[in-house]
Amino acid sequence: MPPTPCALCKTNRALILRPKDHSKLCKACFISVFETEIHHTITTNNLFHRGEKIAIGASGGKDSTVLAAVLKTLNERYDYGVELILLSIDEGIKGYRDDSLETVKRNAQQYEMPLTILGYSELYGWTMDQVVEQVGKKGNCTYCGVFRRQALDRGAARLGVKHVVTGHNADDVAETVLMNLLRGDLPRLSRTTSIITSTPSAVSTDPNSHTNVKRSKPLKYAYEKEIVLYAHHRNLDYFSTECIYSPEAFRGSARALIKNLERVRPSAILDVVRSGEDMAKLVPGSDEGCGGVCSSSVPAAEEEEGGCGSSNGRTAGGEMANMEQHLSQNEAAAENGLEVEITSTGKSRATQTQQRGNTAKESLQNGSSKKSKKGKGEPPAPRKVTKQVMGQCKRCGYLSSQEICKACVLLEGLNKNRPKNSIEVGYDESQETEVNGVTNGLQKTHIAAE
Amino acid sequence: MSGITDEKTVSITVEFSGGLELLFDNERKLSLALPSRDENGATSNIAYLVRYLCETTMKDPRKDLFVLDGTVRPGILVLINDADWELEGEDQYELQANDNILFVSTLHGG
Ligand SMILES: [Zn+2]
Ligand SMILES: [Zn+2]
Repeated sequence: MPPTPCALCKTNRALILRPKDHSKLCKACFISVFETEIHHTITTNNLFHRGEKIAIGASGGKDSTVLAAVLKTLNERYDYGVELILLSIDEGIKGYRDDSLETVKRNAQQYEMPLTILGYSELYGWTMDQVVEQVGKKGNCTYCGVFRRQALDRGAARLGVKHVVTGHNADDVAETVLMNLLRGDLPRLSRTTSIITSTPSAVSTDPNSHTNVKRSKPLKYAYEKEIVLYAHHRNLDYFSTECIYSPEAFRGSARALIKNLERVRPSAILDVVRSGEDMAKLVPGSDEGCGGVCSSSVPAAEEEEGGCGSSNGRTAGGEMANMEQHLSQNEAAAENGLEVEITSTGKSRATQTQQRGNTAKESLQNGSSKKSKKGKGEPPAPRKVTKQVMGQCKRCGYLSSQEICKACVLLEGLNKNRPKNSIEVGYDESQETEVNGVTNGLQKTHIAAE
Repeated sequence: MSGITDEKTVSITVEFSGGLELLFDNERKLSLALPSRDENGATSNIAYLVRYLCETTMKDPRKDLFVLDGTVRPGILVLINDADWELEGEDQYELQANDNILFVSTLHGG
């Protein structure tokens, strides 16, 4: 085949076939177009304002690495005047984050951005390893999932940062749209398609409250394929986790469906994203009735975006599976254990766990949505689609549809049974020496740029 | 400078990244002397290379994470000398000496 010339510069050899419009571009033109489109996403949605301090949820993976690289480039090129920092979460699972945190540390130097690594123990008083010690192998994934969804917000609040950006891409959003569609959960679909999610400022007047943290997804319209190609052609340094999505998982199937659709018709991914946005406008009480433009205050609490591992940038759904391997041997037991746990709070409806065939973690999330308990045989009753009423957790102030947020409920259970000896302290020290002496997931570490 | 060691094989470089290397013993880069003809005597193409990798190189039993329904799994990008394989005829592209074939997964977490 003779080389095809680039559609833009007409001189260089085309190397990239863009999924969204089939245009054939050379490397230089692709990089420039990819960056320009993200610039447009940022400006048309007014994501940033001058002087703002923005934390990039960084996991060392491709999405957050590309996000950091592009935002640095754009901030310099277009003079946004924003201050960018990297924020990573360490769940405190021995060995689990070592490689990805090493990557984030290199990124911090490459992009000259200050990095903060916050551990679960600082945010919640418990590392995941300690949670496992306490609750056993069963059910711990629930804790990790719930803690993780709040971790970036809590972390940002500690740093006095009001805005967290994550690396969620178009494939992630399309996947979430499909999943919520398949579950019939339009309120959640409405919230997760929004490019900005944040709590209304009226909710809290406390400037340090993490309910006031704004979240946005500048890569929302960027194809995963192009993110990977951008990383490749710019030679970015990123880390890939061992996990490959597990084919059984619900999210995994939605992912596979997306990738198969893309193979047949590449524009399908953005079409699903746009359909999701259009459907969101139809949800009663949705803030998006105005066309999505003024929808910048969509409640974000306890959302499920892009998989259980998502709040640390973005991960394929399988990262949780990987973590489960680290932590848990017996998922079935986990679900049973969880049911008891949740039912005792008298609010959640964990009983769907079995029929849904999902993980305990997932049923927990669904516990807050208005699900009926109908069995499989019964015809589905017409369900009123209502917007969830979001309030504040009485304990921590986090946005929640329940009086006490899930994290606080779990923490209460943990703390009640906390052993009254110094096991944790000793543990901290042992872990400290473990991880290169630079950070340990238990203590905040600042790595200055330069 | 010719990469052809003899007429029976074609010398190429195969690379794995984006987490795909984990399926290949963490090997990111392989130099291969691929038979220049496939099972049917036709010039070796990408489809043959993929079969060859599955049968001779890949020790991980999870073949379906690399190949699905007879072709590279959706979500794995194939770059032929840095160009998207869709620009080069996909798996029908006939391999030439010194070609660089990169398989990069988009499916892994991060
Ligand atoms: Zn060009
Ligand atoms: Zn709370």
